[in-house]
Amino acid sequence: MSNAVSALQGARFEGFATITESGLRGMITLRGDLASSAVKSAVKAATGLAVPTQRQFATADEHGVGWMSPDELLLMVPYEKAPEITARLAAALEGEHALVVNVSDARAVFSIEGQSAREVLAKLSPVDVSQESFPEGTLRRTRLAQTAVAFWAKGKNAFELICFRSEAGYVFDVLSMSARKGSEVNFYST
Amino acid sequence: MLILECPYCGVEAEETELHAGGQAHIKRETVGSDDDAFEHYLFSRANPRGVHLERWRHANGCGKWFHAARSTTTLEVFGTYSAQTFEPPKAIVDAITAKHPNWSFDQWKDLS
Ligand SMILES: [Zn+2]
Repeated sequence: MSNAVSALQGARFEGFATITESGLRGMITLRGDLASSAVKSAVKAATGLAVPTQRQFATADEHGVGWMSPDELLLMVPYEKAPEITARLAAALEGEHALVVNVSDARAVFSIEGQSAREVLAKLSPVDVSQESFPEGTLRRTRLAQTAVAFWAKGKNAFELICFRSEAGYVFDVLSMSARKGSEVNFYST
Repeated sequence: MLILECPYCGVEAEETELHAGGQAHIKRETVGSDDDAFEHYLFSRANPRGVHLERWRHANGCGKWFHAARSTTTLEVFGTYSAQTFEPPKAIVDAITAKHPNWSFDQWKDLS
């Protein structure tokens, strides 16, 4: 068994917000009929969470469930538990028109934290990330500079972001550039 | 900058999140179609000055294809709607005919 490592092994940048590559994280893509009782109970059993409503990200302890599209969820679980949870979900959904894939090693996760964390994303995405439009628990799939990402608000000044693993270096660089001290716009500051 | 509401995720997506997919509601010819029908399907597209029905994909987003009704001259958007339909829903047709009383879906289909 090889030793798993995350894309940037915890790389960190301290600017007016702190960018951190979050290390290994279990991520499972689930596609199917999100309104079906089979999917609802399988997600509940795997994470303890209900299927979130449109553009929401639900968290409890070490688990998270994000609404990715009308027929897709992203489940966040501890890295080492992902294979087992994927197998359990697949078994629970056998016979359903559904798909469960462990994508942990195909993605990278970043956290963006600090007083002006919203500004770091606002500079790079065509999204209104103000506190009013993007409160805690909101998720958005969008574009970060030139690449596809998803991010959600973990707290007032804390975000989590996922991208393709092969683009982790680029994403870390643009996030760091956006957070560079001296480049504050203070658009969202109150 | 064109802004379209994705009917699947409810996001007001601006152009850079979207990918244009050309004319909507075209008939896809297949096995058994004659050459003329195939040529029409592959190469003939309407290019109206005014109301147009188009396919768009929320590429940097939920990834879904949807339909949009807009004016190619004013960029006015009459609305967006599900891709799982062969014709625009009544609300879209109403929004178009409110501004363009003579517009009809049948007439639009005959453009290409
Ligand atoms: Zn969408």
